[in-house]
Amino acid sequence: MNAGIRALGRIAPQLATLAAILILVAAVFPGFFDISLANGRLYGSPIDILNRGAPVALLAIGMTLVIATRGIDLSVGAVMAISGAVAASAIAQGLGLAATLALALGAGLLCGIWNGILVAVLGIQPIVATLILMVAGRGIAQLITEGAILTFSHPGLLFIGGGTIAGLPMPVFIWIITGLLVGLIVRRTALGLLIESIGVNLRASRLAGINTKILLVAVYMASGLCAAMAGVIAAADIRGADANNAGLWLELDAILAVVIGGTSLLGGRFSILASLIGAMIIQSVNTGILLSGFPPEFNLLIKATIILIILVLQSPRMVAAFRAGRRVRKTAEAKEESAFS
Amino acid sequence: MQCSKTWIGLGALLMAALAAPAAMAQTVGFSQIGSESGWRAAETTLTRMQAEERGITLKFADAQQKQENQIKALRSFIAQDVDAILLAPVVATGWDSVLREAKEADIPVILLDRMVDAPEDLYLTAVGSDLVHEGRVAGQWLVETVGDKPCNIVELQGTTGSSPAIDRKAGFEQAIAGHENLKIIRSQTGDFTRAKGKEVMESFLKAENGGRNICALYAHNDDMAVGAIQAIKEAGLKPGQDILIVSIDAVPDIFLAMAAGEANATVELTPNMAGPAFDALEAYLKNGTVPPKFIQTESKLYTQNDDPAAVYEQKKNLGY
Repeated sequence: MNAGIRALGRIAPQLATLAAILILVAAVFPGFFDISLANGRLYGSPIDILNRGAPVALLAIGMTLVIATRGIDLSVGAVMAISGAVAASAIAQGLGLAATLALALGAGLLCGIWNGILVAVLGIQPIVATLILMVAGRGIAQLITEGAILTFSHPGLLFIGGGTIAGLPMPVFIWIITGLLVGLIVRRTALGLLIESIGVNLRASRLAGINTKILLVAVYMASGLCAAMAGVIAAADIRGADANNAGLWLELDAILAVVIGGTSLLGGRFSILASLIGAMIIQSVNTGILLSGFPPEFNLLIKATIILIILVLQSPRMVAAFRAGRRVRKTAEAKEESAFS
Repeated sequence: MQCSKTWIGLGALLMAALAAPAAMAQTVGFSQIGSESGWRAAETTLTRMQAEERGITLKFADAQQKQENQIKALRSFIAQDVDAILLAPVVATGWDSVLREAKEADIPVILLDRMVDAPEDLYLTAVGSDLVHEGRVAGQWLVETVGDKPCNIVELQGTTGSSPAIDRKAGFEQAIAGHENLKIIRSQTGDFTRAKGKEVMESFLKAENGGRNICALYAHNDDMAVGAIQAIKEAGLKPGQDILIVSIDAVPDIFLAMAAGEANATVELTPNMAGPAFDALEAYLKNGTVPPKFIQTESKLYTQNDDPAAVYEQKKNLGY
């Protein structure tokens, strides 16, 4: 019970931000919260946010773990392109759905192993190590698709991007279930603590007997796997693998989601739930901008301004000032109370 | 005597035979930007095909998006003394010196698809499409199709600030100007991609009463239209009927959609820039006809009446 309240306290700022943004969007675009049922699927802007936010949410899950180890994974956008391309070409060659998914996710894991080895074994700084795959990965994806958009129409694969269960789009289930699973694994075991300890002090962790190399590689593999899932969803969504554009710049949105979620880029304590809310905040801003009807020249400006406000409000100084203010008020209240009694 | 005359005659014939190829281009160097899009891959394929048809040896250099590679390629073409150079410049500036070298070597240069910021006398001509005109053709089609009925249009723009987005928007607006019944009610960028086209169309549909206020979609390229078509279908509407769809580029996939009745019209940005270029080159080398400085390619309109399935078959192997 206490733990639950503490967890809620941890994500309270993110939830408040999300609520504020949703209210803001609803003010600009009335009808925002309308949800109807059409053709057996729920239809409305909040559903769009959950659905469109799926790739960034998935990336944010893996990115949170990587960032908790004081790393960063810039390659996730390119890994999305690779896994999408692998899925499209596998299904085009007549492989079954299971084999296709295995290959696509396997490609993501392989990319993760590559990043992990560069970081954990060779000791290359994560930002540089993953930059390699960020640049080269898109080229690999283009080689697989031969530069064209590889389209497919396999109903099973399309279901992953556009199918619905109980009216909700499939991608929503995928990111929520993945988030829950990863959250349970890291929090119900000591794994999360070990990951945090690497982020806080790699050497001390190693000396304390943690197999940091294996754990680091595993963390990058998790990130690669999440990116691969996002890539398959993105490809299934447009019924084709677009190696040039799939996941382009999404690594930055994923990092932003983690940061908005309050996980420090310096590693250590992390919260997957908060990162997921961060992803939803970003998507709410994106969808809100699209609904608002402002000219596209303002898109980036509006997004940047909102993000800036969020980050300023979350900055250590502001949080400290806010806490101090509350403490002063509390003590004042306490004094008043004691004066009355 | 007789004998020597024959020899002279033969000699003259031989001279003529030797001289003839000099009047016709034999070897042409082609410096291509890269293969960043399907369209560019198709341009490369068609340039090779056009060269083959005319018996021209094409020396091909892929610059992989780098100007320095293109300049190197041009210098090597000049060193090999090719008869002409085709250049699809990756950027507009910085070509003066290498173009001057080509001019000094008496090798005519023809620009494909994009322009350069260099004095006009440094290149023979430029072959390209008029982006404003493309937008105008799309707009005219909609004006004629809709007639007097009121029609709310949503627009999927290209990447904000890019010249195709600016020009295709301007051309379309010119075409519908003066027709009070046609109104652009929403306009947003879809970054020329399928994914963004779909996402933005979803928001258009939500914002405009589930799409019931929308009569037509104008997309600055076919890829965004293909994405939007999926969004319209998922919203339970019939693309091509409930919402008219006109876009630009004429890539193979839009013809599939047109054959299925899900898209209505597309304006072709032809990847065959080499055809007009070789024609102009031939006329120039044979008769000394100096071509105009800009040769505009045709912006052909395709509709569902143009047998889209057959066009798809023609286009699908061009490398798009």
